Order: sequence, then structure tokens, then C-alpha cells
Amino acid sequence: MENGQDALIRSLIKLLAGDGELELEGVTLTAKELTVSLADLSGFPAVTGLVPMPAPLAGLVDIGYTPPVRSYPGKIREVILGSTRGDGGSRVKSVTIGGSSTPPFHLFEGTDPHSPVVAGSVFDMVPPLPGPVKESFGDALEDPCAWAKAWVDRYGADLIDLDLISTDPYLKDTPVKRAVSLVEDLLQAVDVPLIIGGSGNPEKDAKLLPKVAEVCAGERILLSSATMSMWEPVAKAAQEFNHVVLAWSPIDINQAKELNRKLMGYLPPDQIIMDPTSAALGYGLEYSFSVMERIRFAGLMGDKELQCPMASGTANSWGAREAWKRDAGLGPREYRGPLWETTGALAFLLAGIDLFIMVHPGGARTIEDIVGWLAEGINPPTFPDFIGVGH
Amino acid sequence: MTKKKLGPMNLYPLLPRTNCGECLPKTCMGFAVQLCERGLTLAQCPPLVDSKFQVNLEKLEALLAPPVQEVAIGRGGREIRVGGQLVIHRHELRYFNKTAIFTTVDDTMAADGIANRVRETSSFSYPYIGHTLKLDGIAIRSISGDADSFQKTVETVKGLTEMPLVLWSPDPGVMAAGLEVAEDKRPLIYAADESNWEQMAELASRSGCPLAVHADGNVGTIRSLISAISDRGVKNLLIDPGCGFGEALPRSLDNMTMIRTSAISGDDSLLGHPLIGSPVTLWDQGNSLPDESIRWMESCLASMMTIRYADLMIIRDPSMWSTLPLVVLIDNLYNDPRKPVSVEPGLRIFGTPDPVTSPVLITSNFALTYYTVLSDIEKLNCYLLVADTEGLSVDSAVAGRKFNAQKVADIISSSGISEKVSHRTLIIPGLAARLKGDIEDAIKWDVMVGPRDSAGIPGYLREKWEGVDHKPGWSYR
Repeated sequence: MENGQDALIRSLIKLLAGDGELELEGVTLTAKELTVSLADLSGFPAVTGLVPMPAPLAGLVDIGYTPPVRSYPGKIREVILGSTRGDGGSRVKSVTIGGSSTPPFHLFEGTDPHSPVVAGSVFDMVPPLPGPVKESFGDALEDPCAWAKAWVDRYGADLIDLDLISTDPYLKDTPVKRAVSLVEDLLQAVDVPLIIGGSGNPEKDAKLLPKVAEVCAGERILLSSATMSMWEPVAKAAQEFNHVVLAWSPIDINQAKELNRKLMGYLPPDQIIMDPTSAALGYGLEYSFSVMERIRFAGLMGDKELQCPMASGTANSWGAREAWKRDAGLGPREYRGPLWETTGALAFLLAGIDLFIMVHPGGARTIEDIVGWLAEGINPPTFPDFIGVGH
Repeated sequence: MTKKKLGPMNLYPLLPRTNCGECLPKTCMGFAVQLCERGLTLAQCPPLVDSKFQVNLEKLEALLAPPVQEVAIGRGGREIRVGGQLVIHRHELRYFNKTAIFTTVDDTMAADGIANRVRETSSFSYPYIGHTLKLDGIAIRSISGDADSFQKTVETVKGLTEMPLVLWSPDPGVMAAGLEVAEDKRPLIYAADESNWEQMAELASRSGCPLAVHADGNVGTIRSLISAISDRGVKNLLIDPGCGFGEALPRSLDNMTMIRTSAISGDDSLLGHPLIGSPVTLWDQGNSLPDESIRWMESCLASMMTIRYADLMIIRDPSMWSTLPLVVLIDNLYNDPRKPVSVEPGLRIFGTPDPVTSPVLITSNFALTYYTVLSDIEKLNCYLLVADTEGLSVDSAVAGRKFNAQKVADIISSSGISEKVSHRTLIIPGLAARLKGDIEDAIKWDVMVGPRDSAGIPGYLREKWEGVDHKPGWSYR
């Protein structure tokens, strides 16, 4: 009590000596007339002798610190991708993401049960790819299964993402049957969990993705993707064959929520991962970043429709011309391009992304290393070996 | 206990309340609203400078003081301000004062090396959506520990540039020598720590220069140092809580997050100072990695520190490939989220297009897409239709069906382009290739699929447009 009074008097003097204001909380004053006399305060002779204030010149006084640990009522759901033999699939391991109960990498508030993971991106036809990506995979690009194997065997990808872009009626219009047989080949070629995407053409995807779901029955793949204009066939297929749905929304938290609500009418919530769109660095990254932060905080604060783990199509970073342009003034693009993708990924990592889909192994490896340091804090740096892979 | 959110009603009673109309909102209440949102400053209310409002002005200043202090470094035209943050997350309002980037020279470098570094830093520039991205200053580091050689280096740099400076030495004697020749430039004194804080505080107090406080990884020590240094009357402080990769990374990130959270949500005024990230220290670790690997790490670390609130960043050099992602990231995160993401849909005319031979292009109304296209075609004679994609980029808009045949038909009719040109050919973005057939059906024009990136437009027109009898209507102005 003595100390409390001393502290109060000290802070009173400090406040009133300057231009400070005093705010009293939880104090009731009962008085008919209250006189506060400021003139007397400069004196207050008793206090200086009474308070064992360390002389300011005597050195440093440890005044300590209490970290701002808060509690969050909500928790991000855990979602399992891939199914092992024991669970009716053929994957050598499954991957669990989500489970966070604190903001991303607020390690002073708590650690997450699962670390973010990286999926290596492959396509069923060679799309316009930047040079550094081509050089990292060489001839393997011509064969999606070889490309996927390179990701897993050489670059240690946790998952593979195959996008069946050639099924687009305006590209090659590859028939569903042929696209699906490639998926079957991929299941044989690699044993990590799979993400299988369509071309983004809603009519074609509505026919394609249910067939993909069927041939992957038991494998618990991630079907990519359901959108506001085409979600029902994907949701039904995921429900029937026990897969997970990637719910894509265009940098819009309300649409993300609405789509989740629709999907949750068909699916258990732990079969949904959200993709709130990853705009490229320099081309709207900040809008994606803020939507991700808002989604994650809303989930932690208890919004059950936003408690799904989040995925990022980080490969979008390569849409930025700064990533791929041949321009000596911008420096060597075999470093610049992968770093562009990596920088985007780092922003999204700290905004709450749980699953990255990337096209260059250098960035993928950097994210894995950084996640390792943050999760365990002990791993030695390894990723510099992977810069400019293929050179 | 957190600071109550400041509302216009906290400010209005202190304003003149005359609605004199000398400010832009014209009314005192409107002005109070703008003050809260930091759209206007007190200086923009002319009556407030009257001595009779002196007391109110001081109260207003105190109310409006941001929980993270704003500190000026440098003097004259190149003065910069760092900090001044009101929020933890940019979506809560916006971040102020873009993270400043300093590159480093040291007193063991040869004169031409110093001159090169300074020149590269001051000439770094990248044009980006209507403005130019630049670096902010030079950090001069004492490696030799010798006061004379530090002073000489400071003088050399001072003679080369007007950019703001950071003087970097743990030795108060060395620092004093540097300040002797540079204190008129108001450099940042970097840094006070547990061993030297009394002398550093004395130097800061005497010179009036801002002072950085450093304690590797221990926020309690930082608070103690700041408390003691503030008691000596030094108010313009920054905080460097340490910055490292590998096993140091979790602590580095946590310290930044904790300090900023405590300052803003916890009203911890001792921590209410701008934060420094110093990833340049990665170069000190004496490892045998190639330079490019260290640059890669340095850039990654700087980006993470930027996202976790650093207001000032010290990197080694302005290598373009590793610095460009960082300056773009900073620019992105510090732009005002309240600004519209979109531009007005409609017709834009470039140069003096010919109604018979000039091409008609179309793009989305996402601001970044629009400005990118603009920079690629502004020297051509052509028409550009900006479709209302609700602020989405072309690829997102195609996927989300915000760029579709109907939207194209809408802009064709509302823009009156049919009266402007006699031909009926529209060039759509390569990223919207799959909509070609739908658009043709909807507008009854010929549709050509343009390049995927607008940088390819001039080359595309040269090759494809001339080939369909329209030459040379697209030509350069």
C-alpha cells in the first residue's frame, strides 16, 4: 500500500509538473466541494525524501516488460490433405494445415500445431513460363508427371498442384476423359498429396472436377476450385468422394464468407480451404494482404465462416513484369524472378497463409526454411543453395 | 487499459467553431472529421494560429499525437520523417511515412567505393504507377573504431550527397567526432545501448539529433533505456530491437510485433517510437556464402521486417534485383487502403488517333492494370476502352466473370466508340483470350486477341495490326 501511494504521488507530480492530464479510473470521489491546488504541488517536500527514487544519473533501472499477450476466442480449423494406405488412399503421408489459435507467427502468444506447407505447381501443357522456371525443370516440363517428380524428388515439395489448363475450350479443349487419365498417371508418379485444378472455365470445370474427384476417390485431394459462379458441382463431388474444396474469391472478404457459407451447406467445414486471391507484388499485393489479415483475425475472433485455412496461388507473382522482364537495368532475372515470388509469399506467410502454390523451387525452398526457423528456431540456413537453380 | 478511440467530438470543442470556411471542408465539424482520419493537419486551420487559441492548439496537438512518434531525420529539402503510426494493421486506417531505406558505407572503404555507393543510392529510381520509387539515405558505419577516420568518412559523404544520414558507431568518442562535422544535417545517432547510453544521450541532447536505442532481443532493456534517456530530455528516439535470420528470426519478428502492439494497443508510450530493421548485419556474420546468397537473405529479412512494422531499414547496397522487390513491397503496404482501387470506366484517347486506321484496345478498370497499360501505350495513337470490372485485374475479372461479353458490350455502347471509329475491330487482352467468341457474338465486331502483357502491345500492333490494313494508325507519336 505504501508503495502504491508513493507511485501515485510520484505520477501525480510528474503529470502536474508537465502538461499532463490525470485520468482516474475506478475511483469514486464523494465531496461537497473539491479544491485542487496546483500551486502547492511544486513543493511537496515530503515526497522527494520519502520515495526511494534512484538518482537519474546512477544508471539504468530495470523497469521490465510484459508482452501484450491476448486471448482469441476462435480457432482455425485443421484440414487434412492426402490419404495414406491405412486410411484408404495411396499417399505416403498426409499433410495437415490450420489449427492456429493466435495470429500468424505471434510466437509470444503461442505456437501453431502445424506449419504452412508448399505445393509445387505443374500444368498439363507448358504455359508461357518465365525463363528461370523453365531452367529449373528443363525437359521435365514436357511431361507433367516428370515435372511433378522433379518437384518432389529434387526440391522436396510437400504437395503437387496439377492444373488442367489445356481443358479450356479456348485453349486445347482437352476432353475430360483424357485429362482425368493424366490425373491417374500422376497418382502413380508421385506419392505426396495432390491439388487438382481445372482451367477456370466454369462450364468445363463443372464437368471436369467431378470426374477428377471420382478417379481420386479415397485420396483426399484438394479440388481447385469452387467459385461463386460454379461451386455446387465441386461441393457435391467433394462430399461424395471425401475430398477438400478450394473456395476461390476475388480479394473480397464478403464473397469469401458467402461462398464458405454455401459450401458448408454441403460439406463438413474441415473440407474447405479458402483462396482469397494472391495478387502479385506491385500489382495489388496489398489488397490481398489486407484481406488475408482481416479474414484470419475474423476467424480468430470467432467468425466460424472464416475459420478455414487459407491457400495462396503465389505463382501469380510471376504476372508482374518486374519478375520476368529481360532488362539488364533490373539485374539478373534468374535471381530477380524467384525473389519476386518469394517476397509475395513472405507477405502472405505473415498474413496467415497456410498453403502456398509456387512455380519456382528457390522461393519454395526459402519459404520452407523460414517456416522451419519460425516453427523450430534451430535449423541452419540452407536455401541460398537454391537460388538460381539451373544455373 | 487502451487509449480511447479518438473521435471528431473530442476535437470539435477545441476548434474555433466559427465555420469560417477557410479550410477545405468549410465547417469545423468537417475539419474535425478530417483531423481524425489524418486527411488534414492542424496547420490547415488558419484561425488556430491566433494566440487566443494557443491553449486549444496545444491540447489538440496532444490529442492528435500518434501512439508511434513521428521523427525527422536530415534537414533541408531531403529531410525525411519516419514513424507517426496510428494503427497496427493497414486496413484499420493506413500506414504513414513509408519505411525509409538507408544503404551503408564504412570508414574502411576506399574513397571511390564510397562515392560509388553514394551515387548508386541517390540515383536509384524506379517509375511505378505514376510516381518514382527511391532510396532515402546513407548510413555511415565506423568499422575501424578510429574517430578521425570516421569523421573523415562522414565529411566525404556529406560532400557527396544531401541525403539524410545515419551515424553508426557504438563508441561515443567516435560518434562525437562524426557529429562534430554533421550535426547540422540532423543525422540519426545509431545507437545507444546498455553500455554507452549516458554519453549517447548527452550527444543527442547537445546536438538535437534523433537517437536510436538498441538492445538485442530484450524489450525490457529497451524500455529501461528509453525511460532513462527520456529523463535526460532526449525525446526523438527510434528503437532497434535487433534483426537476424536463422535461429534469431523468431525473436526478431516477435520483438517487432510486441513493441508495436504494446505501443498502439497497450498505450506503452516508452515503446511508442519508430522501429529500425537492420538486415545489413547479415553481412557481418563472416560466412562463406556467395554475395548473391547474402543479398537474397537480406532482402527476405528486410521484407519480413517491413511487414512487421519497421519504419527505417538499413541494407548494405542498392543492388537492383534484391532492392526492387523491397521498395515495391513498401510502396504497396504504405499506400492508402481508403483510396479507390479502380479508375473510372470509359473511353481514353491517346495521341491523335485516326478513326479509320487506329486500333481500339480494351482493359479492366483495376487501377494498377490501367496505369500499367497506360505507361505502355501512352506514346501511341490509339483508343483504349476501360471496362467496369469492379476494380479487378483482367485475369481475376475473367475468372470471376467481371470481365465478360456483356461488360464489353456495355462499354462499347456507353463510350460511343462506334461513332468515333469507322472500323469494327477490338483488341482484347491476351489474359481474356477465352472470351473471344462470346465477345464477338455479343458486339458483332471482329475480336483480335492481344498480348498477355501490355508491354507487348507496340510489338503486337506492328506485327498484327498492320497486317489487317490498318497501318499506320497505331504509330508512335
